[in-house]
Amino acid sequence: MSTIIEQPRHFCTIGAQQTVVAIERAIPILHSGPGCSGKIWGGMSFCNGFQGSGYAGGGAIPCTNTGEKEVVFGGEDRLRQVIEGAIKVMDGDLFVVLTGCTADIVGDDTGMVVSEFQEQGVPIVYAETGGFKGTTYEGHELVVEAIINQFLQPAKEKIPGLVNVWSVVPYQDPFWSGNLESIKELLAGIGLEANILFGPGSGGVEAWRKVPAAQFNLVVSPWVGLKTAKLLEKKFGTPYLHHPVLPIGAAETSRFLRAVGKFAGVEDQVTEDYIRQQETRFYYYLERAADFILEFRYDLPGRFINISDSFYALGVSKFLANDLGLLPGRQFVTDDAPEEHRAGILAEFTDLAPKLSAEVTFTPDGGVIQQELRSIDHRQPPIIIGSSWDKDIADELKGYQLSIGLPVTDRLVLDRTYVGYRGGLRLAEDIYEAILGSYQ
Amino acid sequence: MAINLKSPEAPIRELRLGSITGYQGTVSDLCRKSQKGDLKEQERSFSQCATCASVTAICQLAMIQDAAVVNHAPLGCAGDFTNFNFINRIGQNKRGWRLANARLISSNLRESDTVFGGAVKLREAVRAAYDRYQPRAIFITTSCVSGIIGEDLQGTTEDIEEELGIPIISVSCEGFRSQIWASGFDAAYHAILRKVVKPAQRKRTDLVNIINFWGDDIFTELLGKIGLTPNYVVPFTTIEQLEKLSEAAATLQVCGTLGTYLAAGLEQHFGVPEVKAPPPYGIPGTDAWLRELGKVTGKEKEVEALIASEKVRIAPELAELRQQLKGIKAFVGAGAVQGHSIINVLNELELDILGGCVWHHDQKLDHGDPKGDSLQHIIDNYADVSFSICNKQSFEMVNLLNKLQPDIFIVRHNGMAVWGAKLGIPTFLMGDEHFGIGYQGLINYGQKIAETIANPAYVKNLAKYSKLPYTDWWLKQEPFAFLGKGVTE
Repeated sequence: MSTIIEQPRHFCTIGAQQTVVAIERAIPILHSGPGCSGKIWGGMSFCNGFQGSGYAGGGAIPCTNTGEKEVVFGGEDRLRQVIEGAIKVMDGDLFVVLTGCTADIVGDDTGMVVSEFQEQGVPIVYAETGGFKGTTYEGHELVVEAIINQFLQPAKEKIPGLVNVWSVVPYQDPFWSGNLESIKELLAGIGLEANILFGPGSGGVEAWRKVPAAQFNLVVSPWVGLKTAKLLEKKFGTPYLHHPVLPIGAAETSRFLRAVGKFAGVEDQVTEDYIRQQETRFYYYLERAADFILEFRYDLPGRFINISDSFYALGVSKFLANDLGLLPGRQFVTDDAPEEHRAGILAEFTDLAPKLSAEVTFTPDGGVIQQELRSIDHRQPPIIIGSSWDKDIADELKGYQLSIGLPVTDRLVLDRTYVGYRGGLRLAEDIYEAILGSYQ
Repeated sequence: MAINLKSPEAPIRELRLGSITGYQGTVSDLCRKSQKGDLKEQERSFSQCATCASVTAICQLAMIQDAAVVNHAPLGCAGDFTNFNFINRIGQNKRGWRLANARLISSNLRESDTVFGGAVKLREAVRAAYDRYQPRAIFITTSCVSGIIGEDLQGTTEDIEEELGIPIISVSCEGFRSQIWASGFDAAYHAILRKVVKPAQRKRTDLVNIINFWGDDIFTELLGKIGLTPNYVVPFTTIEQLEKLSEAAATLQVCGTLGTYLAAGLEQHFGVPEVKAPPPYGIPGTDAWLRELGKVTGKEKEVEALIASEKVRIAPELAELRQQLKGIKAFVGAGAVQGHSIINVLNELELDILGGCVWHHDQKLDHGDPKGDSLQHIIDNYADVSFSICNKQSFEMVNLLNKLQPDIFIVRHNGMAVWGAKLGIPTFLMGDEHFGIGYQGLINYGQKIAETIANPAYVKNLAKYSKLPYTDWWLKQEPFAFLGKGVTE
């Protein structure tokens, strides 16, 4: 049952346009009303760490700008025109047609129009992403599925050590590109080659063509991407490993590397050597922070409260509980995770750290979150790790606040990552900066 | 054009003002054709994403401090909530107010709602808005989905209004209805005129409505010199302030594209005279704008004194800037009258204007008075300029800029500046629409241009390291090759 939403922390299925923008030299083509693309760009990119237009995003996105005429008489001819133009004007390797609400309600046969171009050998696919169908997370899965089904060919042979990574959702996660680079670096540390598919240096369509050749698929996510992995298993016989927690900090990253190493058949020694080296470095810094953390005479936060999608709510909770020894308050999971995945997410929170569990509320509605937060006796000022929406409630509760999820309008995000050992250190720096900054 | 407040909707600009989104030619040609009213819309066979009326409607409503907006739509239509919240907080901060999030709720229409209707959710959203914010009014902005599935907004709003006892006002701004996103301003203003503004209990001879976005307060000082007080509308107002728009002595606009409907509606239905003048940019425009204001408010003498003293004040600096900027090649991309206004400013600074492109064109404004014809004003005061209209089609802009290679690109719409920068052209977006107004505006703009071209390192580096998403074939075509008849290879 979907609810009304105040202070949205994700948007609709057509957010998939940002997934396409994240693929190097891929061009989205929207068959939608005139405002969809700009609203999504504003919400997912600009007001989310000021991520910018990218190669063919922002104002460059081809769009049918559906008007009254197409709503009444159908928009297939208009779509055909715009695709024809896009192929001539836009310099890309893969074109991805995405439909908006108008086309999907009117019932345009987008598949038929796109297939005319596919038959001519144009690298083009389509996904029906009318906004009423679901969330940005689901839109991301839909577009990935479309590329797999309509663009990929079975591999002649597998490439040992090649791992497709399905993890954070581009642009939805303001730190996506840094995070994916981190996962790549971690896998390289134990001798695996990550195919990260999105972001700078990820390889564009050539990387996508290698998807069927991977040794396995790695889903580093509570639920997004599981569908993709299952599809790839069915279609290309590729096995997958599901690691539900975004690895942030030493405890979780080491657990992650051990799981991946074991699944991939990496020699234990290789994995353990890398882990030891990284943990040593990580604890050099955490030890340096000990004088501050243990002796700071003013308020340090009481409980931590995450208001985030399941990636961050879970990943950040694990880090703060297991590496920094903080205590969880109420956790809010905002991504409207499908029912069937909620038990799994809940189990991770129940088993947060030895003898430590967290209460969880699943809701995408900021109003509900604020109401619950007001009803809790916080005793000490909480640290709220969420989005720029949460500044007011943090103020009201006299707590501290850090924006790490959509929307982020109080920070500029470049290549910062919260994933891995280094990512944990960054998060610790940012949390304590938010606290120290509030005194000065 | 007569404004009908009995109708629940404002007519879209295509029908009301003969507005278009495609044209290539000159200011004089466009002006002549508009005056005859015989411009026809030219569509493009290829197009890039524009913007829709729901954005501009929410833009005007989201920052009314004690109102709430319910967007009756799927969640993606709330993509602009965060930007307006961002603007809201910055505006509150600048005014020294307590920071508070904008009050915006999405009814989050989903697939089943497209089948069974979204009335239940709409009621739920409106009640939530009422309970959570205790607003003085709730605006319901519509969407493509609510429009296509034929939601009965009138019925629903009347019911809830009775229950809650505050104005609940539907704002018809479905994205597919108009290609002119400025139609959304009119939709918001129509809602305000229809159900918020009240007949004046008293008249205030000093109060002047100024229809604007959220520019810095320059008018308290400027108009204060002639004994007038500005009343900025609509963002950063309260419902009570809007109820009393009828009490003002006059309505001024900083941009006719923005305020045409509200100004005309206030004059026609509430007896507030609209100052019908060219935009207050450049010396002749500012002179005419202030003189017209003086005439309407009975401040002719004070206005003459103000004009004379301001001109003397800026003269030395203006002369210096003219010397510095003379012959610098400029290109302008902005929303209709804003674009005409910036052309005035650049003319005054004696830049070499290679051309201008505006996001749409209204063949007339609602008041229909030739005194407010901003294109005629350019022709009467400055040289003719090459001119085009495109609804933010960046492929056309990039093609054009690449051929023209101006020394500076001045733009007013988010998401456009980066394309000038990727070509290595010093570019700036001036977000504050008051920045170029009046005599001081010339100095402001002159300094900003001088500063922007003084160190082009960032844009030059961007041009060196970034690749445009356009084919070589396209960059060799005529910029408007897709306009009207389509393209042939």
